[in-house]
Amino acid sequence: MEVNVTVNGAQHRVDVEPRMLLVHMLRDRLRLTGTHVGCDTSGCGACTVLLDGTPVKSCTMLAVQADGRSVTTVEGLARDGQLHPIQEAFKEEHGLQCGFCTPGMMLAAAALLESNPDPGDEDIRWALSGNICRCTGYVNIVKAVRRAAGAMRQTATQAG
Amino acid sequence: MAVAEQERTVRGIGHSLRRHEDDRFIRGKGTYVDDIVLPGMLHMAILRSPLAHARIVSIDTSKAQAAEGVVAVITGADLAAHNLAWMPTLSGDTQAVFATDKVRFQGQEVAAVVAEDPYLARDALQLIDVEYDPLPALVDPHKALEPDAVLIRDDKEGQTDNRCYHWEAGDPRATDEAFARADVVVTLDTHYPRCHPSPMETCGIVADVNQATGQATLHMTSQAPHAHRTLFAMVAGLPEQNIRIKTPDIGGGFGNKVPIYPGYVAATAASLLLGRPVKWIEDRSENLISTGFARDFHMHGELALTRDGEMLGLRVRLVSDNGAFYADAQPSKCRAGLFHIVTGSYALPAAHVVADGAYTNKAPGGVAYRCSFRVTEASFLIERLVHNAAIELGLDPAELRRRNFIRPEQFPYTSATGFVYDSGNYEAALDLALQQVGYDDLREEQRRARAEGRLLGIGIASFTEVVGAGNHKDYDIAGIKMFDSAELRVHPTGKAILKIGVQTQGQGHETTFAQIVASELGIPPEDVLVQYGDTDNVPYGLGTYASRSTPTAGAATAVISRKLRDKARQIAAHLLEVSEEDLEWDTGRFSVKGAPDRAVTIQDVALAAYTNMPEGLEAGLEGVHYYDPPNMTFPFGTYVVVVEVDPGTGDWKVLRVVAVDDCGVRINPMIVEGQIHGGLAEGFGIAKMELITFDEDGNCIGSNFTDYLLPTSWETPNFECFATVTPSPHHPLGAKGVGESATVGSPAAYVNAVIDALGHLGVRNIDMPVTSAKVWEAIQQASR
Repeated sequence: MEVNVTVNGAQHRVDVEPRMLLVHMLRDRLRLTGTHVGCDTSGCGACTVLLDGTPVKSCTMLAVQADGRSVTTVEGLARDGQLHPIQEAFKEEHGLQCGFCTPGMMLAAAALLESNPDPGDEDIRWALSGNICRCTGYVNIVKAVRRAAGAMRQTATQAG
Repeated sequence: MAVAEQERTVRGIGHSLRRHEDDRFIRGKGTYVDDIVLPGMLHMAILRSPLAHARIVSIDTSKAQAAEGVVAVITGADLAAHNLAWMPTLSGDTQAVFATDKVRFQGQEVAAVVAEDPYLARDALQLIDVEYDPLPALVDPHKALEPDAVLIRDDKEGQTDNRCYHWEAGDPRATDEAFARADVVVTLDTHYPRCHPSPMETCGIVADVNQATGQATLHMTSQAPHAHRTLFAMVAGLPEQNIRIKTPDIGGGFGNKVPIYPGYVAATAASLLLGRPVKWIEDRSENLISTGFARDFHMHGELALTRDGEMLGLRVRLVSDNGAFYADAQPSKCRAGLFHIVTGSYALPAAHVVADGAYTNKAPGGVAYRCSFRVTEASFLIERLVHNAAIELGLDPAELRRRNFIRPEQFPYTSATGFVYDSGNYEAALDLALQQVGYDDLREEQRRARAEGRLLGIGIASFTEVVGAGNHKDYDIAGIKMFDSAELRVHPTGKAILKIGVQTQGQGHETTFAQIVASELGIPPEDVLVQYGDTDNVPYGLGTYASRSTPTAGAATAVISRKLRDKARQIAAHLLEVSEEDLEWDTGRFSVKGAPDRAVTIQDVALAAYTNMPEGLEAGLEGVHYYDPPNMTFPFGTYVVVVEVDPGTGDWKVLRVVAVDDCGVRINPMIVEGQIHGGLAEGFGIAKMELITFDEDGNCIGSNFTDYLLPTSWETPNFECFATVTPSPHHPLGAKGVGESATVGSPAAYVNAVIDALGHLGVRNIDMPVTSAKVWEAIQQASR
């Protein structure tokens, strides 16, 4: 079946089997390997991408379901060579160790900050609770999201 | 020192340098094994046994062979034809690659399909027809050790029962004498449950064997690439120089990627036979049901004390459930790992440990999940015993610990089980933790809360670890002595490459090891490229587990840096036309004593090493060092956990976690703290929810993340971390290793906190995972 999908702003027409999972289309057909598979049962969130801005687990969605939609992966977070504030904050606050959960974690955080520019720790912890990290104990991830929120608010104020 | 110079040098040891490796990970540009695609690559999927114990009557692969996209179907018989049906384990046992005679656990590898596409490989698995003749499944290790139990390992010559090992440490007579003098004996029977390291990335391999040259390049998830290469040479009979293990980025290990798995061997065999690269990536259920689990220790501990709280002796009997194969990685002399560190932080004059390992019809393992060889089980037992002893004696648990700590002046301290503790200051760590948590006020608050019917609990663990194996005399993996290596090459332009024998899985080696070079040689960390995980490229090493990277390869890095600095001094003397004794070293710069303006930098020296050498001196500024530690290192600390238990539901919430860690000198404090955070979270998961269990037929319950629960950001508490610094006296940098301290130390602190909340009701033990249901049940029983 043919899927017409926008991925990180670029139009793609991909011929896939109806049973192909979205994550496999992204990884194997479009070679966007930043999206990882951690559990195949929606349990870990490593495969999280944004579908029209909403976080979804791409291991539990068929590629054909993305037809006509817009997908953002970790490769689409940076714009024009400029890192997204989330990416900068994850590095600055040591919010990652092995890096495997990081793309999904950052995308879930980016979606949170779109809807809530000034989240408290509880908001952050709730928003990220579909994404498991085994390395960091979450403390520095929470700090990173807070830092990114601050940076984004500052940018918004300056722009306004 | 000029400001610019200072800026340049202070980012070595002690500086929270942001991580070099993050630049690729935050962009999604890491390369994990599943990201590797080679031309002509095939995909392998493994058929696993649905039964825990059964004889294989027949395997019919004809339908699968004929299926769309299938290139080959491989069974144990096919492997046996190449003498590959069995492989050695890192603990000196054997393990079936694919079962030929019978299956011994649910999830055991039986056959594989190799196909053009991963979906087609999975499809064809369903077409393989295996006929099984079921046998009784042994899931209880105590029953497995009974004399009439059905024999699981009938493949092993001379094996007449299900005993995997028998092992003892300490002095039984001295211990009996100590117990005879005791006023009080506190006992605890507890099962440290089977749990699973569950790194976010599962295990996998891309095997690429060139049929013409015999060269095998194996991209695999390995925490120990060189040891795996040697074992591969032994198992496959391939010449070792033809095997190259390349470890790409690893998505967490925690001990799970130490063993060699059948999938690695089968994919390599398939690539060899088919002449095309073969990729095998296990799914999460395969990871949970077949790869190295952790713990599963049934422990009986007895602590002998005087009435005023002096510890006299410790006795431990334990049975470990090792599953169907003894397939963890224990040093040859230590069949229960380093469990005999069980005397912990205490000056216990006598101890005796008896351990028996049992084969059962469960997945093999017993790997050290973020832990140094069974240290976690040991730490848990002694810290739980001490808490219960405090209750029995009516003493404050902090005070009981304080009375029995090995004192700073007693180091080096030889324990009753034979360890020589290198250094410690346990009371300082305890004091800092109590002060930070506000202990006295908390105890007061606890009393007030109890009066209101609220259940507040304070749990303490003052743990001691033993990490950083070897020395080589006492420690080995499958006969390979435990040392580690570093090779440093300083280029003419003053930039450097450091090649290390240990293997990062997220610990930040690319950053911290560059910082060691920075401090020792004055080359800024961003000028040092750190390489690892390619056996053709880096010197032989034993890999990363047991918190050994910094104690071993970190030491090797310091030593080789110092050797090159000595050579640099000769070159600097030549350049400055003075004798070596007239030179002063200040990170990155040699100057003439009394004439500080006459100086050369390490970069000047590096260039001269290739362009302007002194007469008679060997060219270049390169070298390799293999570091054999004189002793293990002994990190320690105190964790205090505060919980509130809901008497109505049994649910418990963590209110505070205060962690004081002493891992000696901290190379990168930010990374050290990150390691501690991770360990505290995994310790919380183990204490509260992580459990792999089985029904009576040996069906694994805990085969996915809906059944095997891991803590998310929502449940995981916040952590407050503090440090004391007691340098290791024998490590060149005074460092001790820290990756596992918090997983080792914290479970007892969490459980002690819950028991502390319920102690006045008479509750003395709840086995992990301490679920709400178990707590509720304990409260109900206590009030009956």
